[in-house]
Order: sequence, then structure tokens, then C-alpha cells
Amino acid sequence: MNKISFNYSKLLLPGILLAILVVLATLPLYGSNYSIVLLTSIIMYVILTVSWALFSGSTGYISLATAAFFGVGIYTSAILGRTFTASILANEYFVVFIVIIGGLISACLAFIVGAITLRLRGIYFAIFTFGLVELIKNLLLWYEVKFTGTRGRFVVVIGNETIYYVILGILLLLLLVTYFIRRSRYGLALESIGEHEEAAAHIGINVTMVKVIIFAISAVFVGMTGSIMAMRWTYIDPYISFDPNLTFLPVLMAIFGGTRQMYGPIIGAVVFAYLEEILLTRFPYYYMLIFGIVLAATILYLPNGLVGVVQKIIARLAGGKHAHSRG
Amino acid sequence: MHILEGERVTKYFGGLAAVSEVSFQVDPGEVVGLIGPNGAGKTTLFNLISASLVPNSGVIRFKGKNITGMAPYHICRMGIGRTFQTVKIFPNLSVMENVRIGALFGCGGRISATEATRKAEELLEFVGLPQVSSTPAGSLTFANQKKLEVARALATQPEVLLLDEIMAGLNQTEIGQAMELVNRIRQSGVTIVMIEHVMKAIMNICDRIMVLHHGRKIAEGTPSEIAKSETVIEIYLGEANAAG
Repeated sequence: MNKISFNYSKLLLPGILLAILVVLATLPLYGSNYSIVLLTSIIMYVILTVSWALFSGSTGYISLATAAFFGVGIYTSAILGRTFTASILANEYFVVFIVIIGGLISACLAFIVGAITLRLRGIYFAIFTFGLVELIKNLLLWYEVKFTGTRGRFVVVIGNETIYYVILGILLLLLLVTYFIRRSRYGLALESIGEHEEAAAHIGINVTMVKVIIFAISAVFVGMTGSIMAMRWTYIDPYISFDPNLTFLPVLMAIFGGTRQMYGPIIGAVVFAYLEEILLTRFPYYYMLIFGIVLAATILYLPNGLVGVVQKIIARLAGGKHAHSRG
Repeated sequence: MHILEGERVTKYFGGLAAVSEVSFQVDPGEVVGLIGPNGAGKTTLFNLISASLVPNSGVIRFKGKNITGMAPYHICRMGIGRTFQTVKIFPNLSVMENVRIGALFGCGGRISATEATRKAEELLEFVGLPQVSSTPAGSLTFANQKKLEVARALATQPEVLLLDEIMAGLNQTEIGQAMELVNRIRQSGVTIVMIEHVMKAIMNICDRIMVLHHGRKIAEGTPSEIAKSETVIEIYLGEANAAG
């Protein structure tokens, strides 16, 4: 490996990230209301995608439970928001409190689900996690119809700027946590599980515990994001909260960006979410069609995602053989 | 005291007894060979010792302690390392990381990252792979992947090392190197149990040999005793000799 370019890229990336974060943090000072709303939605996708890739990208266990954790966050927010409406309107720090509770409840759910199902391999785990989304959705529908007599509920409304800052904070926290997990021995353990789980167990890794805990950690951020987005959507019901698109899009975005590096899912989600926004406004009728074509092309021609392509080009320009580089 | 022992260990796959009432003892510092025709239950026995599988009946003890039914990671941390018949390295991790990860997780206590790196370097030197430490493990030659797997197992600081056919598929030169490696591991104080089809290696290295056939232990003794045993020659050596 070329040592110089390795160090260089190691410094370059955090630098770029820092610059982007500064721009993002100051955006409400000069940006339009539209740009704040657009960025909120892009950041939401980035969080969902990076959280998904944190667990599934490295272990190869395809989780389709993102929408379940997201929906749990939404409902936590809706229920707590109603209880504490006065507190929230008086003190916006209360929003953060609710968001944290939403994250924790999602993590508990992930912990339980993980402990039960993470012994299942491959497709069984994927199916079970997707079943979880439908299960909770239908449970809530049944509950609402049977006991409250209405479907859906209103969520306490707060300003777009507050939502933006909270979601940016969640993103920052997620990136830090992801970065440190990937660099730690547990990051190495996750990758070894993805490569050869049996061998990982036989060299002393408590594979079940590592999987369950990282799965739960990844769910914290999804739940938090659900809690804060609920306050932007103002009205929610089980169909909105447990939307299967929120399960599949992060998977696709991560594949689109490339899951081997930490920044792959970020780039994938940003490009994809922006693309969705443009297509949705320019071609409202063909948007899903174009989306599908882009996806199929990605899977067929970019097995390592956008990042893989960029790396290949850089490697070719540098003339070296970057057969092995990880972020 | 025996460092590793099994008492009437039995494992069924459906109605088939893959390992049937096998008792064995391994003493500290020994090299024990495990031979037998394909399907005799050798790898199954390794899987039972390392807890990939749980026996239907019988007890396995390590340093006098019952370890039957423990989790694989726990067995490893207690001091039993293993390699796999089909190489199971982590192909996309670097050679260095493959060994480091064994050092990081395999020892009972916590070990610092620098300590793990130092140990991994030492072990790569020991097995003869120091030049390739930064390449992805998947791009190594087959023989080197086998060496890497041994280094990874050694990184977990085992007291007993289970080697599952580390010489299969190697050429004569590589077999010589592997034999020399096994001898050096033994000199470092690690007790070894090895499954092997390469008779030259088994006969030269092992202090004692156990023969499995259809899941049962049919013979046990020193290499010369085994080489003379009528039953063993009939079911195993005869077959191997005929095959070349």
C-alpha cells in the first residue's frame, strides 16, 4: 500500500467533513426556509442509511427493520408530545428529551429483536425484521381502532429551525459513534463476522453479543430521527409511521453509495435523496420509474457503489494498485 | 492431570452416529494425531471440543473443568484454539488484521491495541509471513492462508491447539515447512491435536495417534504401534497406500 496517499486521505476526509458541518450548522443564518426543509429531509435519509450500514453493511445481516425503529420513535414523540405539550412550547430543550426517549425505546426494541433473531442467518433475519414493521403497524392499527376509535394523531408542532438543529445534532452524534466503532476492536469484530462468522466465534469473539449491541446502537439513531421528524409532519398514523419505503430506501442508498467505507452511505444518501427531490418535483408521474432504472443500473454496474467507482478512478490516476483501502 | 479429555463423547446427525462413545486423553506438551478415513468423525470431534457442536452425550474437560456446552468464544478464551479444514480466514481484512483480531479477542483479559499489533507482528514472523502483512488475506496463496490461520489461532494464546488438516493440498516443500512449524509450536509449549492425512507428517511429529473409524475409536498408540496394527492397516493405511 502507498503510505503517503493513505495518510493524506485520512486527513482529507475529516477535513472535508468538518467544513461541510460548519456550512450546515450556519445554514439557518443565511439559507432559505426551503433549503432548511430540504436539508432536514436529506439529513434524515443520511442518518437512516448510515445507521443501517453501521450494522448491516459490515456484518452482511440485512436488516429491514429501519421503518419499525423509525415508527417507534414517531409514536413515542406523538404520545409524549401530547403529555408534555406545555413543557415543549415553553422550553425547546424538552424536544431533545423526547428525542432521546424515542431513541432509547427503539434501542430496547432492537435489543430484544436482536437477541431473538440474530441467531438466524441471511434471508430469515431479513424476513423477520421486515415482519416486525408490519407487526407493529398492524398492532397499532388494531389498538387505535379498538380503543381510541380514531386512526392517527396530531403531534405537537415546533419550528423548522429547531428540528433542523436537532436532526443535525443526531447526525453528528451518529457520525462520531460510527467512526469510533469502526476504528475500535468492535469494528474489526463486525467485519470479521461479515466475512466468516464461525471463524470469528472461534477466535474469541462473542458474536451474538457484538451483533445485538451494535444492532441496538444503530436503532438509537433511527428512533431519535423518527421522534424529531414526527414533530415536522404534525399528523401521523401507522401507515405514515411504518412506511416500508423507509426500510428499503436506506438499503438502496447504502448500496448506491457503497458500504465498505463509512462515507459511502453518506454520499449515497445525499445523492439519492436529492435525486428523489428533483425527480419528485420535475417528473411526479415517472419518478418511481426513473428511480428504479437508476437502482437497477447501480446494482448491475456499480457493485461497490459510487465510492467504488471514484476509488477506481483515483487509483488509476495515481497509478498505484489500491487493492486494499478501508475508511 | 490431562489437559484435555473426553468421556464417552457422542454426537448424532439424525440417526447417524458421527462420533460414538469416544473417550480420549491429551497430556500437556503432547502432539496427538487423529487419523481415520474420510467420514470417520475426526472433524466432528474437533467441532465438539471447540463447541461448534454440542455432544448428545458425554463430557469434555479442559484442565479438569467441564467445558461441554460452553459457547465457542468462551472455549477459545479459556485456551483452546483451532484451525479449519476449509480455510476460514477473513479475506477482505489485511493479513495483519486477521492476526490482530485473534490477539484482541482471544485472550482472557483485555489487551491494548499496540500490544495486539506487536504480538501479531511477532506471530507473522513466527509462521513466516512478515512481508505480506498489509495485503488482503484473500490474495495470499493457499499455503500462506493456512499459515495465516495458524498464526491467527496462536494469537489467541491457546494452551491446546487443534489443527485440522493443515497440510492437505500442500506440495512437498510446503509440507516440510508445515511440519517444521508444528514442531516449533510444540517447542513453544503448546499442546497439539492434529487431524492429518499426510502419513509422513503424522508418523514423524506425533507422540501418540488415535484412529477413528465410523465414529468409533478403534486404535490408539505410538506411531510405530499404529503402523504395525493389523486393523489400522486394513481400514486405513492399506487404503492410503493403495491410493499412493
